Amino acid sequence: MLKISNLHAGIEDTEILRGINLSIDAGEVHAIMGPNGSGKSTLASVLAGRDQYEVTEGSVDFLGQDLLDMAPDARAHAGLFLAFQYPVEIPGVSNSYFLRAGVNAVREARGLEELDAIDFLKLAKAKAKELDMDEKFLSRAVNEGFSGGEKKRNEIFQMAVLDPKLAVLDETDSGLDIDALRVVADGVNRLRNKDRGFLVITHYQRLLNYIVPDHVHVLHQGRIVKSGGKELALELEEKGYGWVEELAGAAS
Amino acid sequence: MSTTDDAIQERIDQDYKWGFVTDIEADAAPVGLDEGTIRFISAKKEEPEWMLQWRLEAFAAWKKMKEPHHWAQLQYEPIDYQAACYYSAPKTTNAPKSLDEVDPELLATYEKLGIPLTEQKMLAGVAVDAVFDSVSVATTFKGALEEKGIIFCSFGEAVREHPELVKKYVGSVVPRNDNFFAALNSAVFTDGSFVYIPKGVRCPMELSTYFRINAANTGQFERTLIIAEEGAYVSYLEGCTAPMRDENQLHAAVVELVALDNAQIKYSTVQNWYPGDKNGKGGIFNFVTKRGACRGFKSKISWTQVETGSAVTWKYPSCILQGDESVGEFYSVALTNNYQQADTGTKMIHIGKNTRSVIVSKGISAGKAQNTYRGLVKIMPKAENARNYSQCDSMLIGDKCGAHTFPYIEVRNKTGQVEHEATTSKIGEDQMFYCAQRGISEEDAVSMIVNGFCKEVFRELPMEFAVEAQKLLGISLEGSVG
Repeated sequence: MLKISNLHAGIEDTEILRGINLSIDAGEVHAIMGPNGSGKSTLASVLAGRDQYEVTEGSVDFLGQDLLDMAPDARAHAGLFLAFQYPVEIPGVSNSYFLRAGVNAVREARGLEELDAIDFLKLAKAKAKELDMDEKFLSRAVNEGFSGGEKKRNEIFQMAVLDPKLAVLDETDSGLDIDALRVVADGVNRLRNKDRGFLVITHYQRLLNYIVPDHVHVLHQGRIVKSGGKELALELEEKGYGWVEELAGAAS
Repeated sequence: MSTTDDAIQERIDQDYKWGFVTDIEADAAPVGLDEGTIRFISAKKEEPEWMLQWRLEAFAAWKKMKEPHHWAQLQYEPIDYQAACYYSAPKTTNAPKSLDEVDPELLATYEKLGIPLTEQKMLAGVAVDAVFDSVSVATTFKGALEEKGIIFCSFGEAVREHPELVKKYVGSVVPRNDNFFAALNSAVFTDGSFVYIPKGVRCPMELSTYFRINAANTGQFERTLIIAEEGAYVSYLEGCTAPMRDENQLHAAVVELVALDNAQIKYSTVQNWYPGDKNGKGGIFNFVTKRGACRGFKSKISWTQVETGSAVTWKYPSCILQGDESVGEFYSVALTNNYQQADTGTKMIHIGKNTRSVIVSKGISAGKAQNTYRGLVKIMPKAENARNYSQCDSMLIGDKCGAHTFPYIEVRNKTGQVEHEATTSKIGEDQMFYCAQRGISEEDAVSMIVNGFCKEVFRELPMEFAVEAQKLLGISLEGSVG
């Protein structure tokens, strides 16, 4: 469903992604691991269409469409979801209002009828229950005063309600204690199915104990320097990112 | 500039939706302003001699005053008061007694404006005293209100029918020589609303007036007086739109509120006058004096305003907290776009013991607009244990606009407690991107973020008004961020 070919991108004059190639099929979970500054979050931002980043070369095909040619909201309509590393606060706007606006925008783009407040609330409450979340948070302002763990759970909740085709999780594990991590991972695992693809970006292997990937890629200085199965994550954990330097050295 | 900025600017640039002119022959005073003009207006209104004298004294005071140009954060060309026309009424010789007698063209205009003057709206419980240009055209619900002894009529009618009340209270909160524009209004006011709620009566419906400026080059000078007797309660709504115009139109209203022991007045405004085009041409000049006197023990006056229109807004709805334990509130949203300028805020004057006041001000600036909060909290020597809480938040959209805050605090009693909080924020790229990633369009995102920012004020508005206000913000902002 996603095919990234020779993707180069950067911010101002600094090139951060230097030729990424990656394909994700429906039903697959891919993990991208890499040290700080390797370009993990840049990749997530470029896929979602953040306009500070400039793509200088390469292409991204998403379900037969040229992803890079689409506005950020159009990418969401097409079924791309990004779970933010730093979810944003929107004071005074309730979670349910915010999310309903999102759901209805996506539905409208897909030619579906919009959900009224009651139907939406039914859906949202059901999803909240599945994720073991207190439904009170629906009436709280978007991420305002949320703890780190609550923010991340809210991202997973939004993902569940928006029902994307491809979900990109940008360091969703950062700043979470082990209990919160488990909750978030359970949420993701529940959403795994044969139609949905996942790109899980993480610095640490521990998340992958809970979300077991089909493929693991190691990112270094804007390139994927090694790909493998889930055991690659363990190997990386054991040998440390210094090993990546060696791999990169050997590859170049 | 990002694509976000462009899209947002595009929305901002949307033309004023309510610009149209109704063709009704005006019965106007000659252009210019002198004693003759005032006598003409007074005669047209069939006023008693004392009212005429009252106007003439105001006029004499006004002639000695100067148009204020220095202290407010506003820039406008001096107004030529001799070039304006001070009276224009729709040409109906006999006042209509019911809607059936009202000029159908007028009614059609109100329909276009969505004014609830029709039968269906009676079910919604809204009584309307509609001011078309300068004369009240129709008043509904009078009967239901009369049963409770409530008087809700045009100011002109009150002068004729209830002179003792008008005489007692007019100018008692805003003296004729209070300021330049109040003096001008006192001299030439043409009409407005009058409300009297007798002792112990809770007004059973929201009272609502729609103002509309129509005839070209005619200043509009309404005068509103609301009196709540002991233990009375009233909620009053004021909302306006105006047709498109090239010349600047002057609007200088005066609103006076009087609350006696345990009385409560809630005054809500949604103001959407023509703001001028995107180059700053045209638009209404809005110089308003609004003030409430909490004269009685435990009385309460609450101002809520949503200001999105006018080229220039100069407005400080204030409370004089005379009665012990009286309460004053001011909740404000002021939105300026393109070349609009707003200098608005409030004054809370604590005189009685244990008086309290709350100020919540939300200023939003977009385009090249300038938005100023100017407030005064004054605690007088005898105001033991007075308390004030002020919160002034500004939001900037784009990088060419300005927000300014001037909170003046004067405390002359050491038991007084005054708190002031202020923030300035920008609609961030982060917020916009977050919304976009969830599939929300830029226009909807801006509207949503701004409405969230204003939530504390909107929840003070009556339900119907709150919905209207939210829509209005969305429309006024159509397109902005950086």
